[in-house]
Amino acid sequence: MTIIHDAILWLNDPLNWTNPNGIIARTEEHLWISGAAVGLACAVSWPVGVWMGHVGRGGPAVVAMTNLSRAVPTVALLTILPLTVIGFGPPAIILALALFAIPPLLANAYLGVREVDPQVRDAGRGMGLSGWQLLRSVELPLAVPYLANGLRIAAVQVLATATLAAYVNGGGLGMIISRGFGLGLNAGGGQVLAGGLLVALLCLLADGLLVLVERAALPKALRRTDHRPPRSAADPITPTP
Amino acid sequence: MPSKVSAFVSAGAAYDPGPGNPWFSWDYLRQNYGTLLAALREHLLLTLVAVAVAALLAIPLAVLAHRFGRLTGTILGVTGVLYTIPSLALFAFLAPFTGIQPVTVLIGLVLYALITIIRNTLTGLRQVPAEVVESARGMGYGRAALLWRIELPLALPGIMTGLRIATVSTVALVTVGELVGYGGLGDLIIGGFNANFYRAQVMAATLACVGLALVLDLALILVGRAVMPWTRRRTA
Repeated sequence: MTIIHDAILWLNDPLNWTNPNGIIARTEEHLWISGAAVGLACAVSWPVGVWMGHVGRGGPAVVAMTNLSRAVPTVALLTILPLTVIGFGPPAIILALALFAIPPLLANAYLGVREVDPQVRDAGRGMGLSGWQLLRSVELPLAVPYLANGLRIAAVQVLATATLAAYVNGGGLGMIISRGFGLGLNAGGGQVLAGGLLVALLCLLADGLLVLVERAALPKALRRTDHRPPRSAADPITPTP
Repeated sequence: MPSKVSAFVSAGAAYDPGPGNPWFSWDYLRQNYGTLLAALREHLLLTLVAVAVAALLAIPLAVLAHRFGRLTGTILGVTGVLYTIPSLALFAFLAPFTGIQPVTVLIGLVLYALITIIRNTLTGLRQVPAEVVESARGMGYGRAALLWRIELPLALPGIMTGLRIATVSTVALVTVGELVGYGGLGDLIIGGFNANFYRAQVMAATLACVGLALVLDLALILVGRAVMPWTRRRTA
């Protein structure tokens, strides 16, 4: 298999790692773009989702949004946003990725607060907690497992989707693959395969790490009772775009 | 076709909108509806074939996983890993071996749709009440009859949900196939971007893509109602 051989050769060339557009630079770019997108999406969806869960409204809206976001191709948004007033460059890419990260984060935040045992909520009210205190000291801690689960799903999804930024020359590890295709499969097949391998490894690694974060984020009091979200609210059965 | 990602884009340089590059143009639609229809047809064909093949593989696999509990972990584990791998990487794995062909796109699409349908079918099968299965056994149903006449019909809501999610996400995913030149409407979206940022084309192809997803979803809802008349009463 010459292509596999080519891929190994390509990965073994130190210059391919240290070049200005090499693996290291591309990985850094990939990580900061993804990080910014997830951060932005969290900053928007968590407060809104938690508040909606607290007042118990907006469930159907979250579902509708999740469904609609599935129908919009990531490639389309990545193409359209740079042509608006935002202009080319990282901000448009970050915004496009953040928009796709909002549904899982929002749905999990909403569900996390919503799923708090009504009896626990009633007990809190009976103790004289105000709405704000109830949210802060009862609902939020109990929602942490859901928030962490949403974060993992959104982060892995963004890392995967960020590869598509290569379609609009937006940087990240996807560029290695698209540049390989640009060389043609005979000359660039090894690079294509190597790029695919790197991206897949990054996503699997991130998923593994975030599972650990998810476990660490579980409040101590919840650890023994196996109080984990059984399934994500955001329906993890959608493939990563 | 592969050398598409070659637009010269400088970071931070905002593109001047200008009056000559509108988001929507009747002229574009009039002059290019042939191209648009051809792309739509390719898009639809890729989606339908991918979902059909995926369903034919996934439903038996889900039944197997349901019957032999030990297989469930393996199947869910393998599909979980697959699901984490980005589509671009998957096409990158496939293309050097399968070449610049529609098959490359199809294999990728089938794999992702497979995951969705297996998981939802399994959920559907698990939701069949144990009492119902028990009473069917008591009435003398054999294994095949039990599956065919009790379990599968009762799992239909799960199967239909899986088909709907798989179809809608496949429509969106086809666009990624542009990488190997078979992305249906995705070819027009990226092509429009690379052809001097032709907004009318990007927008028209995007709207066609979202529209296709919604129409197919609606069609599946209607099919679901037709094959599951008992759910109609509940929603009405």
